Amino acid sequence: MASTVTQGRGAIRRRALGARAAFLGPGLLYVTAFMTIPLLLVLSYAFLTRGRFGGVELPVTLENFARALDPIYLRVLWNSILISSITTLLALLIGYPTAYAITRLPARWRTVALVLVVLPFWTNFLIRTYAWIVLLNSEGPINKTLVNWGLIDSPLELLYTRGAVIVGLLYAYLPLMILPIYASVERLDRSLLEAATNLGASKFRAFFDVTLPLTLPGTMIGAIFVFVPSLGNFIVPELLGGGKTVMIGNLIRDQFLKARDWPFGAVLALIMVLFLAGLFAAQAAVARRINGRSARA
Amino acid sequence: MTNQPLVEIQSLSKSYGDVVALDDVSLSINENEFFALLGPSGCGKTTLLRVIAGFEEPDSGAVLLSGSNLLSLPPHKRPINLMFQSYALFPHLSVERNIAYGLQREKLPKEEIRARVDEVLGTVGLRDKAKSRPAQLSGGQRQRVALARAIVKRPRLLLLDEPLSALDRKVRAEMQLELKRLQHEVGITFVVVTHDQEEAMSMADRIAVMSLGQVLQIDTPIGMYQRPSSVFVADFIGTSNMFAGVAAIGGVDVPNLGLLPGKEAVPAVMGPAYLMVRPEDIQIVEGAGLLTGTVLETQFFGGASTIAVLVPGHDSPIVLTCQGSANVTRGAIAQLSWPAEKAVVLSR
Repeated sequence: MASTVTQGRGAIRRRALGARAAFLGPGLLYVTAFMTIPLLLVLSYAFLTRGRFGGVELPVTLENFARALDPIYLRVLWNSILISSITTLLALLIGYPTAYAITRLPARWRTVALVLVVLPFWTNFLIRTYAWIVLLNSEGPINKTLVNWGLIDSPLELLYTRGAVIVGLLYAYLPLMILPIYASVERLDRSLLEAATNLGASKFRAFFDVTLPLTLPGTMIGAIFVFVPSLGNFIVPELLGGGKTVMIGNLIRDQFLKARDWPFGAVLALIMVLFLAGLFAAQAAVARRINGRSARA
Repeated sequence: MTNQPLVEIQSLSKSYGDVVALDDVSLSINENEFFALLGPSGCGKTTLLRVIAGFEEPDSGAVLLSGSNLLSLPPHKRPINLMFQSYALFPHLSVERNIAYGLQREKLPKEEIRARVDEVLGTVGLRDKAKSRPAQLSGGQRQRVALARAIVKRPRLLLLDEPLSALDRKVRAEMQLELKRLQHEVGITFVVVTHDQEEAMSMADRIAVMSLGQVLQIDTPIGMYQRPSSVFVADFIGTSNMFAGVAAIGGVDVPNLGLLPGKEAVPAVMGPAYLMVRPEDIQIVEGAGLLTGTVLETQFFGGASTIAVLVPGHDSPIVLTCQGSANVTRGAIAQLSWPAEKAVVLSR
């Protein structure tokens, strides 16, 4: 009797598993083929010796990891993190008020504003970045205007600086900050703010006690969305940094395409992947805490 | 003793575009009263609550709290707390920090906050949940946290927006008693908004029935039930039998049925009128009654029974209730009667 019941349940569970596999299958297959396998390849490259004409050879070695600790490379890594962090911080300072203001618009204008936010994505990334070269160079409109107004005597060195790289990255990824923040402010239950007000909090106070903590998970997602592609970007540093500002993205690309040192490129790529996985884990932990589901009882 | 009302609402009006939410509403609420605003959804009761709390501004009218103008105070400075329909507990704060939040805004000493939070947790019976987050609580527990968070501030006036609507039936009945007990215990004036007439009848000292932005009647539950002032109120509160006709001396002249007795018809009510009789006021009598009909069905509810009688010439069956089991069977001929003073004449 008991065994037939168990069997019946087992059959149901198997069928549910089958249905789940049918739905998950295509996506899972895609991720496995184009994400997991390359990642495993990169992982294996990291422990091999560089081939004479690119590629990898035996024997297995840990030397690539030791090389990554060289101060030259550590400085590039530090430089990349610094530039990406500044970019993320600026995106946050601009993006949060923008997203917040959009949620306060009448419903019709909210859609218009969101379309405007993503509008730059309709143009090719390279073309948009080239546009900054036109804007920032010594003969560009910014310098010309400043000189014409008599604010400066000679054109400023705007292009090919760290500042130019930050401006380019900020411009490229700001929408990725605005959208998740917008979504989380929009989703916020307005009665929570009314409750805070009713309990004696000023509007200002209610924002810091309720809105800010409850939109923190969305804000962290936005920060990761800006930080991650900024860290890995090699086009902006090349075009706007003029090769003077090297970021880890440039370094990885150069190892694979120019220096033909695949194992070392793989090590650098792995360092980045681990770093980013850590960021996502931190975000998930914060989101759990705020929601309170797994908080200490 | 002067008995100044705690809250005086004077000809309050508010509309959203073409929709009139409050239409010249005036009422007063006494100190320590349990007052209910009762009406169907969209009748303006929640708007009235939100005006008192300061979340909406009226187009015209005044609200006085102990004689002083309340509307000039910003919402966070009003000595009034609101328990939200959705409870609006802060999901990122523990139960005790939710409750302490309002006291912290008053900049009270830490020791006092801790003592008062602990006391109110005891009152609502949730001391063991102090460190839990709202997401870990049941619906009834959340409701009690919301209540604790509001009463810990010791407001002059506590507003409750559909406080029990999110709870299932059994918990709701318990919480009705609980709310009433708490109101006596803490000595705060309660104003509860509800669409559930049973809830209002069982808890409130006085009820204001609202419809389409207007207050139709303000009375005690018993007064409201026995002396409804309009067809809407009679229909909204309890079950009633309605007879449409023309007001006459001593009752209402109903087509096909003749003169049915009621109190205070002409001259208090003239012209087209309804006669309203409550089910428990109608009896089945031996000999000639006021109406003769056939028993359509009987329902037994343990303590009482409901009998539906179809009277020729009247569209809907007449419903009456009696103690215990019904001593008539389906298909039997029944003579119905009621004392004239129990039937209310309402103008159409």
